Amino acid sequence: MTQAISDSVSYLDEPKGIKSWLFTLDHKRIGILYMWSIMVFFFIGGMMALIVRTELLAPEQILVSADAYNQLFTLHGAIMIFLFIIPGIPAILGNYVLPLMIGAKDVAFPRLNLASWYVYIIGSLFAIYSLFSGAVDTGWTFYTPYSTQTSTSVTAMTLGAFILGFSSIFTGINFIVTIHKLRAPGMTWFKMPLFVWASYATAVIQVLATPVLGITLLLLIFERVFGIGIFDPALGGDPVLYQHFFWFYSHPAVYIMILPGMGIISEVITVFSRKKIFGYTAIAYSSLGIALVSFLVWGHHMFTSGQSELAAMIFSFLTFLVGIPSGIKMFNWVATMYKGSISFESPMLYTLSFLFLFAIGGFTGIMLGALSLDVHLHDTYFVVAHFHYVMMGGTVMAFLAGVHYWWPKIWGRMYNEKLARISAALLFIGFNMTFFTQFILGTKGMPRRYYSYLDQYQPLHAFSSYGSFIIGIAFFIMGYYLIHAIFKGQRVGKNPWGALTLEWTTTSPPPPHNFEQTPVVTDGPYDYDRIMIVGDERVYKDGPEEGKEIAKEVDSESKK
Amino acid sequence: MEHVLKQDTHVAHHFSDAEQQRDSAKLGMWIFLITEVLLFSGLFTAYAVYRAWHPETFINAHKFLNVGLGTLNTVVLITSSVTIALGIRSIQVNRRKQAIGLFIATLVLAAAFLVVKYFEYSHKTHLGQLPGKYYTFTGIEGTDPQVFFSVYFLLTGLHGLHIVFGMAAITWILIRTINNEFSPEYFTPAENVGLYWHLVDLIWIFLFPLLYLIG
Amino acid sequence: MNTNDIFLPAAKSTIASEVDALFSFVFIASILFFVLVIGGALYFIIRYRRRKGDGYTPDYSHNTKLEVVWTVIPTILVFVIFFWSFKTYLKMQVAPKDAIQIKATGQKWFWQFDYPEGASSTGELIVPRGKPVQVLLSSRDVIHSFYVPNFRVKMDALPNRYTMAWFEATETGEYDLFCAEYCGTGHSKMLAKVRVVEPEEYQRWLQSNNSLPEDMAMDQYGAQLYKTKACVTCHTNDGAPGTGPSFLGLFGRTENLQDGSTVTVDENYLRESILNPQAKVVHGFQPVMPTYTGILKDKEIDALVMYIKSLKKE
Repeated sequence: MTQAISDSVSYLDEPKGIKSWLFTLDHKRIGILYMWSIMVFFFIGGMMALIVRTELLAPEQILVSADAYNQLFTLHGAIMIFLFIIPGIPAILGNYVLPLMIGAKDVAFPRLNLASWYVYIIGSLFAIYSLFSGAVDTGWTFYTPYSTQTSTSVTAMTLGAFILGFSSIFTGINFIVTIHKLRAPGMTWFKMPLFVWASYATAVIQVLATPVLGITLLLLIFERVFGIGIFDPALGGDPVLYQHFFWFYSHPAVYIMILPGMGIISEVITVFSRKKIFGYTAIAYSSLGIALVSFLVWGHHMFTSGQSELAAMIFSFLTFLVGIPSGIKMFNWVATMYKGSISFESPMLYTLSFLFLFAIGGFTGIMLGALSLDVHLHDTYFVVAHFHYVMMGGTVMAFLAGVHYWWPKIWGRMYNEKLARISAALLFIGFNMTFFTQFILGTKGMPRRYYSYLDQYQPLHAFSSYGSFIIGIAFFIMGYYLIHAIFKGQRVGKNPWGALTLEWTTTSPPPPHNFEQTPVVTDGPYDYDRIMIVGDERVYKDGPEEGKEIAKEVDSESKK
Repeated sequence: MEHVLKQDTHVAHHFSDAEQQRDSAKLGMWIFLITEVLLFSGLFTAYAVYRAWHPETFINAHKFLNVGLGTLNTVVLITSSVTIALGIRSIQVNRRKQAIGLFIATLVLAAAFLVVKYFEYSHKTHLGQLPGKYYTFTGIEGTDPQVFFSVYFLLTGLHGLHIVFGMAAITWILIRTINNEFSPEYFTPAENVGLYWHLVDLIWIFLFPLLYLIG
Repeated sequence: MNTNDIFLPAAKSTIASEVDALFSFVFIASILFFVLVIGGALYFIIRYRRRKGDGYTPDYSHNTKLEVVWTVIPTILVFVIFFWSFKTYLKMQVAPKDAIQIKATGQKWFWQFDYPEGASSTGELIVPRGKPVQVLLSSRDVIHSFYVPNFRVKMDALPNRYTMAWFEATETGEYDLFCAEYCGTGHSKMLAKVRVVEPEEYQRWLQSNNSLPEDMAMDQYGAQLYKTKACVTCHTNDGAPGTGPSFLGLFGRTENLQDGSTVTVDENYLRESILNPQAKVVHGFQPVMPTYTGILKDKEIDALVMYIKSLKKE
């Protein structure tokens, strides 16, 4: 691409100075603030995972004591869930591209948006404080009565998670209102890109579920500090009630994590297949369907907690029900590639990884939803492997697909594609080594959250750990070329991938108010059957210039 | 003419007109109110669970709540909802002074609510009818009476906190009214604070029978 | 080929084979669908890879027949799985009426088992082969979970109510019993064995359980209790660090306590620390040990004290 550098001022350059960033109301800059802060925690959480895996190379102590180990896996979970994966896609990529995709100048409440970042930072400070004042050793689920009895710094951590909840709610409110009220002229609901639909469904869950987590964590804090006895059996409380409260939020939260990822997959797979998405309305509505049913399945985390058979039956049934729309989405994505024109740049590689890994995550979810199988598999490494396939193989792969897809839009520069492919391949290999092994560990009966283990599990544990080191290497390479691209990457034009959504009609990086003129939408987001992008411009099949001929010509030239 | 100017300065750059901005603010507020309801719903669930487990205890314990003071507070809060609604109405018909008076009345009523609550709380503290491990009272029959008081203090405490936040918000719109920042064309913040206050009122209307008027 | 041998531990209870059959079914169905979906995707990306001069792609975004098929077939399949799994689950929940009742109590970080006729054991659950056994579970502190992979049985042990699990072992032998709900420092050491014996041997064991083996010296008996009563979970006997102080060279030593005072380890201090562990905690250790009041008999405490006395530093 040898597109001329844009004349217009980019949001990155103007205004200047640290202050202009810290007090910015621009959704793009807030997205970037989020990105840097979230990446810091992704790094910390990742390093903790590597220490955990290193410790598990052998049954007995290698690096850390049992207490330190318990703190490390707890912090890994809590940081990855509350500080990375829940805010990850909505607050970074959603903040950045959602207004652009619907042709808005900003989100509906820019000040609330900035406030949400500060709330995130305050919440994360509590988490850091907890880390240095005794850490937490409860597991990220903070199950009572262990969490009310342990001497570690549970109060600070839960207070942090409570505060982070507000950040999530603010983002959710902002997205719902923005999507309802700020769409550009012509951008009807069914002309919205599917990432916007997915973000909408996510925002609904954020708004409806997070307050319940808030009150749950508040009760836990009160329990520890004042001994109110809602969850403490010694004072007449019920620890299983805590589990109900906790999972009422935390299961929908799983969909807060995965839905926006599914949105990204819908974007990338159409662009790199040059193909209209298969079953647009099915995908759009299934996001909302998943969002609603997700509130009714929390009890499947408690099949072995002694709940009644009737409750177990209902929760199991609904769990299967919520799985079906996800399966349909898989079929839709694969069908989208049919008769497409598929290319394999790194965003697409991550998307293909996603399809492969998320399928496995889904099938193993069916196993866990089956009551009699769950009794055996619950709280073993099978569960650990399953949610890593869904969360890391699913959400993180989708997040990385999105990061690679929008990186040139965000910075106006392209990363090193060769390194990107290498790290995508390493990540795929390392991931399967690490976590597929853990399925077998789990079915063999290895319980999770074990510092030491019986000798018979040693070879599989070691293999899993080696895989995690490969994952580590892949992320270091990725960190290198992505940051390198910000400063030294080759400049790109408006639309390096030839996509049809609105964010690619403005300059890369975009001007402060997104568009020179408010766009008027006439085309669908995936009309590759009648539009193609040639040199940043749209060429219509039935257009006056006999688009098809021109397109063929230019396209074959650009391949040279 | 002046109104029009004022109105335009309130439209942020990313909205195309005042109506879009007002609609957005209202929708945002309604969503926020939903989150508030869900916040309380957690405590209502705890209430339902423990009442289902210990119905006797709840009936015996609730007799120690002062229905008279509870009723008084219900009247106080409903009245305050009326005064704030009238205050917003006054802005709509451009009667600024009247609006100021009504907002101040709302604040006074809110404070009265808290004073009554203070007397109730201090009486319970005196008797040792306190949550969880601080419970020292011995006059209630039934299992785990301390759980009733945990639920009572959590529900009324969280509600009281919302009264305090509401008073801060009402003070804010009062100051803006005094500074003449609202007009019949632009009064969204006042309207949203009003919505919030009605919700706080509504939650009390649920709390009162559930806690004071059992059985 | 039997996939279950690769993935699942040997099935040793009556319910296990039923669980495993469903596992195989889901496993094979998953493989088929995986091949279908991912195979399809791979075929498409090769068949439809971008070639020179590609222009517009066809508008192929709906196919009602296809969509109905790929909605209905998986739906039917998951319904089958649902009913199948629920049927087995119900069996797991309802113990046969004639089941032997054993009480299992979880506590940081060991299991105690109380049998009918007053027998008890710690760290080892002894059950007869071919008889249904109902385990009544509870916990003395936090939540634990009773898990025997070979039996495909798992149930949480809660501090404020009883829960129940049952199984019928099909073969004699020793099987691992794990705590599957995270419970703190010693969680991964909260291991026990299920020893399945012939019914006659089980009866014999029940009779002999209460008395001290006649031909055994007190300190030897203590050494046995050290393992069976799970002291070994937290206290080593070789001087290596653990959750609690090592027993090696403990007796006669002067220890610094958390409140700054000191104590010389004698018989009375040991007895107090077993029955009321939080009274005098050695500096540098957490007050996490549970009381053994009601678990150890006087004679057993005597034996343990004798054993600790015998562990002198060379």
